[in-house]
Amino acid sequence: MEKIYTKKKNNRELIAAKPETVDFLLAYSKSLKITKAKGITFESNLN
Amino acid sequence: MEVQIEDSQLVSHYIQGDERAMSVLINRHNSRLTGFIYSKVGDRELTEDIFQDTFMKVIRTLKRGAYNEEGKFLPWVMRIAHNLIIDHFRKNNRMPMFNATDSYNIFALMGDEDLNAEKQLIKDQIDSDLLKMIKELPEDQQEVLEMRLYKDMSFKEISNNTGVSINTALGRMRYALINLRKLVDANNIVLTN
Repeated sequence: MEKIYTKKKNNRELIAAKPETVDFLLAYSKSLKITKAKGITFESNLN
Repeated sequence: MEVQIEDSQLVSHYIQGDERAMSVLINRHNSRLTGFIYSKVGDRELTEDIFQDTFMKVIRTLKRGAYNEEGKFLPWVMRIAHNLIIDHFRKNNRMPMFNATDSYNIFALMGDEDLNAEKQLIKDQIDSDLLKMIKELPEDQQEVLEMRLYKDMSFKEISNNTGVSINTALGRMRYALINLRKLVDANNIVLTN
């Protein structure tokens, strides 16, 4: 029978960015406003 | 059947002002991107920082209207992450040189990677508990979990091997993990070393 389990089984983790990081990014996205005037781009964060 | 909106469509929705589209994009690629960054830097906190910087750059670029790679969202994001990883290593000069002196020797600070007897016992116990719980899962979930974690197969390979779609394989993996967490809670098992 094929050997399914290897000795390195604990080396692999399922990882993802924390929900707090995702929330921060979504809040950042909502607050970021980009304005273009006379060829110049302005960034502003409206909290 | 659940219809998945393409990344390119989500990107256009986001550019048109639909903030929910960004939420979908971040959550869709969270694992993949985090895994990619972690595989390069090997540090959870740093991975989190680079993930955050990557998407901040993505958000700024999209809002500026400077994105022009429609249909290739993920490779573009990965490229941004890759560049940020390189920047990080350049900035930190990666490997500072230490010279051993009588008062300071780097080798005195380096630990032995082998586990001591107690930690090895705990690890064996965790492995055995985990295996027992995996055996409690429905067969289809067991199969995906074993292929993914123990055989290190990608979801595409799992999909080809099991004859189900990638989404189904992902769904099975998700439910396997949810069920494992339930089993851990129900049996009051501590899975930490």
